[in-house]
Amino acid sequence: MLPVGRRGLGTVITLDNITLRHGNRLVLTGLSGRFESGSQTALIGANGSGKTTLLRAIAGLHPLAGGRIDWDGFHRRDIALLAQGSHLDRSFPITCRDVVALAATRLGPFRSIGKDKLAATRAALERVDLGEMENRPIQALSAGQFQRVLFARTIVQDARLILLDEPFTAVDAATTQVLLSVIQDWHAQGRTVIAVLHDMELVREHFPHTLLLSGQTGHWNAMPDPGLQAA
Amino acid sequence: MLDFLLEPFALGFMRRALAGCLALSVSAPPLGVFLVLRRMSLMSDVLQHGVLPGIAVGAIAAGLSVWAMGLGGVVAGLAVAVVAGWLARRTGGREDSQLAGMYLLALAAGVALISARHSLDLTHILFGNVLAVDDAALFGMAGVATVTLPVLALIWRPLVLESLDPGFMAATAGKGGLWHLLFLVLVVLCVVSGFVALGTLMSVGLMMLPAIAARHWSDSLAGQVRVSVLVACLSSVGGLILSYNLDIPAGPAIVLFAGGLWVLSLLTGPRDSLWRQAIPDA
Repeated sequence: MLPVGRRGLGTVITLDNITLRHGNRLVLTGLSGRFESGSQTALIGANGSGKTTLLRAIAGLHPLAGGRIDWDGFHRRDIALLAQGSHLDRSFPITCRDVVALAATRLGPFRSIGKDKLAATRAALERVDLGEMENRPIQALSAGQFQRVLFARTIVQDARLILLDEPFTAVDAATTQVLLSVIQDWHAQGRTVIAVLHDMELVREHFPHTLLLSGQTGHWNAMPDPGLQAA
Repeated sequence: MLDFLLEPFALGFMRRALAGCLALSVSAPPLGVFLVLRRMSLMSDVLQHGVLPGIAVGAIAAGLSVWAMGLGGVVAGLAVAVVAGWLARRTGGREDSQLAGMYLLALAAGVALISARHSLDLTHILFGNVLAVDDAALFGMAGVATVTLPVLALIWRPLVLESLDPGFMAATAGKGGLWHLLFLVLVVLCVVSGFVALGTLMSVGLMMLPAIAARHWSDSLAGQVRVSVLVACLSSVGGLILSYNLDIPAGPAIVLFAGGLWVLSLLTGPRDSLWRQAIPDA
């Protein structure tokens, strides 16, 4: 398990009457509420309801059309966003270890990746059961193994706020269990976790808090209407 | 046979051309590898055409001075890179039609400017002339290689991360644009430095063909860079020998040689080659 951050873990995220647009389309309006420090929240809702846009706004990557988000005074470095992995070029000639190690440190012309960071990289890959694959090129991996690499990368970011966009899409049951146990580690360490999820059974079992997006607004700790979900 | 191989380099100007092309063979292909990985191969076409009007303006303003033409080329190349980057952001990555429009416009403007001055030889500027590789041109090529390699080494990791996952780079470090711009500056410098010997239309050949060929030989980025440099050096030597013996311009000769090595790689390389696809377990 990784050492915890220097300034104590977790953070409170406060949404204050925020409005979000995606292009010209109004996605969310008048959403307020708090993600408590160390909480584990599932962001749910139909396709196009604005889950990814809200996640990116919380990461500071999508501009607000109105309202404000209070990050409790911490920096962008304290946020880890695991976007949907399908955007990444899987034919890129790079090993699992390098994908993870590149996230272990701030990058710059005169910064190197030290021994401690390489040790953290190895530990993170072992945590997702890929210890023996560290020198494999990523194009040799299955979709599930690749998602594990991205989780290992998120582990070494050592962030206080962890944002996951559909982390279990296209992965098998065994991988889902490993990744869920990593999320539980983060929760146990007091990090704040917000995950966009589609599988309601998984949400009920593992996520004590939910934010349901529908009708351009959010409903805290609500679940979708089962009839609607089936449709 | 030995004469065929060695005779060209008994001449001083051929040795100069070889030294310049080898300098370019060390500096340009690593940039080409990144261009291929970033799916920006079309960008190299845009830049090679984009530098032409600048070179023409430099020649018109200061005669056939390598420095004036080079400076004009660098300024025009950077302007094209910046406009192309702006178009890419505006169109959300679907900029290829605009890029095609830009390079056609730049090529036409360059050819028109050069043709308007009868003292300028269009063929030499487009396809290169090894006889024109004077001290200034040689210093330019060697100087660009000397700058390119250390800068590439310094920005290597951020550039790898930005090429692999720009979204992650934006989310964590937020300076992806800076590394991207530095990288494009290096590409422009290499394209311009090669134009005296290889011509503006051909200098990108030594950047892209070795990089495309290298994809078929290695699974690692460093391996692809090494193979690309080797392919480019072989192409420089082989192309200059062909150029001398068959009396064809150096640019097309070197690019033809590099193209031959690419076709060979595509057919027989150990990775993603046609041979591999036909017999996956061989």
